[in-house]
Formats: sequence, C-alpha cells, structure tokens
Amino acid sequence: MLSYIARRLVQTVPVMLIVAVFVFLMLRIGPNDPASILAGDNANAEQVAAIRQNLGLDRPLLSQLFVWLGAILTGDFGESFFFKKQVSALILDRLEPTFMLALCTIVLAVVVAVPLGVIAAMRRGSLIDRLVMGFSVMGFSVPVFVIGYALIYVFAIKLNWLPVQGYSRLADGLPAFLRSIALPSMTLAIIYVALLARMTRTSVLEVLGEDYIRTAYSRGLTPLQVLVRHALPNAAVPIVTVIGLGVALLIGGVVVTESVFAIPGLGRLTVDAVLARDFPTIQAIILLFSFVYVMVNLVIDIAYTFFDPRIRY
Amino acid sequence: MRLKRILFAAAGAVALGAALPTPAFAQKVLRVVMHSDLKIVDPIWTTAYITRNHGYMIYDTLFSLDASNEVKPQMVDSVDVSADKLTYTLKLRDGLVWHDGQPVTAEDCVASLKRWAARDTFGQKLFGSFVAETSAADARTIVIKLKTATGQLLFGLAKPSSNVPFMMPKRVAETDPNKQISEFVGSGPFVFKADEWKPGDKAVYVKFDKYKPRSEPASGLSGGKVVNVDRVEWRAISDHQQALNALASGEIDYVEQPPHDLLPLIKADANLKLLTFPFGAQFTMRLNSTQPPFDNPKIKQALWHALNQDDFMKAVVGNPEYYRGCKSYYPCGSPLSTTAGMDGLLSANAKKSQDLLKEAGYDGKPVVLMASTDLAILTNLSPVAKQLLERGGFKVDMQAMDWQTLVARRAKKDPPSAGGWNIFHTVWGNADILNPVLTAFMGANCEKAAPGWPCDEALEKLRDDFMKAPDLAAQKAAAEAVQKRAIEYTTHIPLGEYFQPIAVRNTVENVVVAPAPVFWNITKK
Repeated sequence: MLSYIARRLVQTVPVMLIVAVFVFLMLRIGPNDPASILAGDNANAEQVAAIRQNLGLDRPLLSQLFVWLGAILTGDFGESFFFKKQVSALILDRLEPTFMLALCTIVLAVVVAVPLGVIAAMRRGSLIDRLVMGFSVMGFSVPVFVIGYALIYVFAIKLNWLPVQGYSRLADGLPAFLRSIALPSMTLAIIYVALLARMTRTSVLEVLGEDYIRTAYSRGLTPLQVLVRHALPNAAVPIVTVIGLGVALLIGGVVVTESVFAIPGLGRLTVDAVLARDFPTIQAIILLFSFVYVMVNLVIDIAYTFFDPRIRY
Repeated sequence: MRLKRILFAAAGAVALGAALPTPAFAQKVLRVVMHSDLKIVDPIWTTAYITRNHGYMIYDTLFSLDASNEVKPQMVDSVDVSADKLTYTLKLRDGLVWHDGQPVTAEDCVASLKRWAARDTFGQKLFGSFVAETSAADARTIVIKLKTATGQLLFGLAKPSSNVPFMMPKRVAETDPNKQISEFVGSGPFVFKADEWKPGDKAVYVKFDKYKPRSEPASGLSGGKVVNVDRVEWRAISDHQQALNALASGEIDYVEQPPHDLLPLIKADANLKLLTFPFGAQFTMRLNSTQPPFDNPKIKQALWHALNQDDFMKAVVGNPEYYRGCKSYYPCGSPLSTTAGMDGLLSANAKKSQDLLKEAGYDGKPVVLMASTDLAILTNLSPVAKQLLERGGFKVDMQAMDWQTLVARRAKKDPPSAGGWNIFHTVWGNADILNPVLTAFMGANCEKAAPGWPCDEALEKLRDDFMKAPDLAAQKAAAEAVQKRAIEYTTHIPLGEYFQPIAVRNTVENVVVAPAPVFWNITKK
C-alpha cells in the first residue's frame, strides 16, 4: 500500500508540471494585458509600457516560464500584480473560508443525503421515494445562485435569522461562524444532496437484491441490522466515489457561492484574479486546485480498500 | 445517538447566534459597498476610480473644487500671485499633520507635486510646458515659478479626479513614480488601517483625531472635512443584488453605485433612500483614428449623423429621471459646456450618413466594435450602436468580451483583422472631462494620445491655447474652439449623460454632494 501511495505521489509531479505549463501559456497567449488594467483608464502608452517592464512581462515567454518554474520549485509563487502581497500569503489567508465552506457542505450533504437515499431505497415506489427523487431532479436542475438567492430571501430578508452575506472566522466565535456559514453551505449542499441521495438509493437498491441480503433476513436479522451490517458496506464504493467527485465539483461551486455570499475565500480570489489578469495568483490557485483534485482521487482510491477487501494495490 | 447530539448542538449554536443581539459598538461604524474592491492603494500610480476614492479618504489636497466647480484652497491658507502672473506663493495652513504625527511641510508638498506631475497627463502638460520651478521657501511656503502664464495652475492643483494631486510625506512622495508606494500615510480626515485591509473582503478607515478641518462648510470636494463617524468599512460585495439585500437588512449603510434596473426595489423600501447628485457621467464612443475606415475624416463624419443620444440612454439607463441628452464634450451645466459645432449632429439621420459614406468611398468592410459585456452600465451601448450604424450604412462586426480583455485589446495598434479594433464605448465621470486638456480623449498627440491615437496638430495647438487662456471668458472661447476642431476631426463622440444615485439607509444623512464619493460630513443615527 505504501509503495502504491508513493508511486501515486510521484505520478503527481508530471501532472502538476503539465498543468503549470498549460496555465502559464494559456494566460500569456490570450489577449491579456495586466499592465493596461493596472494602469487604469487614463494612462498613456508609456505608462503602460513602464508597468509591463516592471512586471517582467516584456521578457521572452520561455524566460518568464523558466523563472516562474524555478521559483515555484523553491516554494515561491511570486507576488500578486495587484495586491502587492505574496501569492502564498494571499492564498493562506483565503484558505479557511473555502475549507470550512467545503467541509460544512460535504458534512451537511452526507448527513442528509445518505439517510434520504437509504430510506428511498427501502421504501421503493412509495411517496417518500418519489419525493426524494423529485427533490434530486430539482437539486440538479436549479443553478446554485438561484438556490442561494431563494434561501437569502427566506432566511435572511424575510425571517431575519441569518446574515445576507459575509464570513465570520472561527476565531471570532462559533455562533458567529455558524451563522455566517449556514446559508452558503446549505446553498452549495443542495446539489450534492441531490447527487448523493440518488446514488445512495441506486447502490442500496442494487445490493438489496443480492442473495446474501436474503440470507441475512433468513437468519432473522432486523431490516436495520441488514442495512448496517450488509447493505451499506457493500453499497459504499460508488457512494464514496460520488463523495470524492463532489469534493472536486465543489471547486467550481465555491466560486459561485463565495461570490453570491461575499465570502473572502479562494473562489472569490479566483474570480478577482481572473478578472484582473493577475497571472501569479491565477497560476498558483490553479496549481493548488489541481493538487487538491489529484489528492482527493488518491484518498478515494485508498478508501476503496477499506470498504471492499477484494481491492488491493 | 451521538450524531443526534452533535446535530442538536450545531442547531443550538446557530439559533444562539441568530438570537444574540448585534453587539452594541461604542464606535459609530459606517459600512459601505463601493463600486469595486480596493486592490491598488497608490492614487498617483493608477487612475482607477476606486483608488482615487481611497485617496480622498486618507490624503488631502492643496486646492479643491467646490460644488460649483470653483477652485478653493484646501491645505493652503493663502495664495499670492505676482503681477506678471508667473510666480505663485502658496502658504500652508497652520497645524496640518501627517497621520504619523509629523507636521506637514512645504518640502513634502513639493515632492508630492513632482511625483504627481510625473504620472498625471494634466500634470505632465502643466509642469512640462508651463512650470519652471517648484520649491519650498520655508516650512510652510511653496513657490511655483512659471515659464509661461497659465490660467490652469490652480485648477491643476485642484484636479478632482484621477490622478488627483494628493499630498504625501516627502519620504513617500520620493518613491519612483513607476513603482507603487508601500507606506500609506496621509494628512486627510481618515487613517487607513493597512493591517485590517483584506483585498476581496474589506478596507478599513478610522477617524484621524488630529485632522484640522477648514472652517467653511463642506461643498463639493472643498470646505471643512468634519468626520462624524469613528470608522468606515468598505466591504467588497461584487454582486449588486446582494449588496442591496445587505442594505435592506441593515448589514450595510451605503451602496455607491446601485444599478439602475434595481432602483425601483430601493424606492419601494421605506428604510432606504436614493441620493442623486448633479455630477453625472458621459457615455462615449471612441474610434481608432489610425485604422481604416476611421482614418478617413469623411467616414468619421458619417458617424455623427448615424447616431443619436436618446436611443443609447433609453437602452442603458431607461428612466429619464437619471439621464439627459448633452451635445457637448464638456459636462452640461459645467462652466465650459457648449453646443458649438453640434448643429444637426447626433440626430440619427441615416440617409445623410449613407450619403457621406458613398461620397467617401466606404468599401463596406465591417468595422470591429468591441462590446464589453460584464459591466452593466456599458453592456447595452454596443448593441444600440450596431443597429444605428448599420442603419446609417456601416457594416459592423460586434465582438463581445469582458472589460479587461477590451482594455488590453484597445492598446493594440494592429489592424482589426490582426487583433486590433475600430470602436469601443466607455464612460467618463464628469470630473474627468471638465475642460479640453483634462479630457484624455481630446488629446491628439499621435502615439502619445490615448488608445485611438488621434493625430492632429491643429487640435493640440488649440488645447495649448486653452492652457494659456487667462480668465474664464477666454477659457470658454478656447474650449469652444477645441470642441469644434475635435468634432471636425472626430476624436470621440459623446452619447449623453447619466446620473448614478447612491443608495443609503434612512439613518445616513448629510452625504456631501461631490463628484467623488467622500465620507466626511456624513452622520449616522
């Protein structure tokens, strides 16, 4: 197992390198000029050229690429063109809101979706099954920002229970944190609840038709015992896969959710950096997201071995 | 069971949070959503409006414009002009101090003026062509000697919009003008809390207790800058609807630029009000004078007949309460406003446009119109222009892009087929177009001009004449001559003015009527 993990980690290096080169070239080949944006509307050509020179954007492309690659190998992601802060410091500052939003969303989704999917499977064809499936279709179909606005209208504007926007850090106290994270994570969780509930229902249904489930019932086990001891562990592999996919999908989801709820996280930083053509920040964030994606896949692959003893690496 | 307990605990914590009353701050905090997030904090280095607004929070100016655009002393106590009008002696007010407690000196101001003059286009013209020497005679006296007399020196020092000649301590002002400053010490009414500044989240300013306001009441950007709140927080909320939701729920007190289509929501809320100021902004069509077909003056003339102003403003603003037609390059109602040269123009006379195109031998090659789609105030301009131009005989290739792509592309001098362009639209705050030298798009010094690169010696000479005009009457005549020539050459086309209301909660009062959002004088109940 350890050699497998080591092998996978080594494989990460070329993947990250390809991502790095690709992102670097995409940004520079396109019609992007951070110097013009930095200079503002009234700047003349000389001022823009001076800024371009200061940023090193007038140097040959390959020279810029090698300087950057050399720097990131030493852990230096450079300085943001706009914020005049180290990119690593900017990212670290934005990590907590995004991590907490992702964590709360996944926890909320799993806690709600798995029981819903199981109940729907156990009561196949019943009203509750139809309701769960109807909710799933709605969850897939409605865009995140529409869900966000609807929840804000009800819980923040009409009922005045929760804040409209903003984020309180954990260090500011748990109640304030929970108040600020409740609506964003509910908004983002709905789509994952839909996805996960559907997948859980399908997996559990498939397992419930197996011979060993019938055998378990014939041994006199209660439906709950059958579910917990036999059905769920065997249905877990596809569910875990979907949870993993969900974590990867969250990267896209947080961009929209953080923008709607004005949360100063990595998603918001991504949007700001892209709009401002802040090359060093965009490059570092995409590398980070790619790394997270690769790591999530690795963790999911390892998790399979716990649920299915037949899987060995 | 344990899971159940955790869930109950979490729900309880949320409920507790919801039930807790808002902490009773001893401080009076004004929470504001500006039009953009503050990213760059050097108002001399960039011309971005948000950075200019930041400048007004923490820096002060030697002079400033009042509500009727007249120059008034601000940091300056008295001005003495020599009989030949070539020497200006400015005496600083007593008791001015920087945020670090050091006194403001004439040397600080001289260094600040030099850095501003190196960056700002108006400053370059003023200090490059007219000013011979700027020096500090003593700790409180600045002496400016001119090579040639100009009626624009004090106006230049009171320049209201980017780049504003803000005063900084000498050690900061001596920063290379091509590099950003790294210390944010001003002598203005607010202190910037650099340690609390989180780009993408908030910028924080606190009242500067040692600020010495002028005794006159606040008027425009001049007069007494009396601060009545302890702290101002600029919150970064990029989504307009969310900003208004936050305003309605009381989380925010002030929204600088609510979009026009959301104004009915604000009017319908009894807790909110709209403040509309007479300082508008001008929609502008900019042409690339170096590329066909707009390298042909006759084809450019056809544009004046193909277009009108009303269609643009109806499509973009909608409610006539917030727009007006203005056939002047300078803001209507401002001292230099004139309709000279505009007779019969901008009246959507498609036939006349088609005839001119025929006479000029327009070959029917599509003109590339760069259409910005991400800034609400600009989005609808291009589709209207496309329709009017096509009616007037042009073929139009409208290419949609985000504003930042447009900004990068407009700097390209290549032919449109190789990534260049023919037309784009933008908006100028009225404070930026008060006179022909201030108006960047009227610059016609070829390669050095703003993108579009008009090249016309006659126009440049007329702009120089304006700088030399000694009094308002002469300045009006000179500005009129510039306008006529600019129309003839067609540097750009004004498409009307709109007004951007500010949305505030009813608890917010005494907002200063000024061409830039300023936060002195404001009271919050």
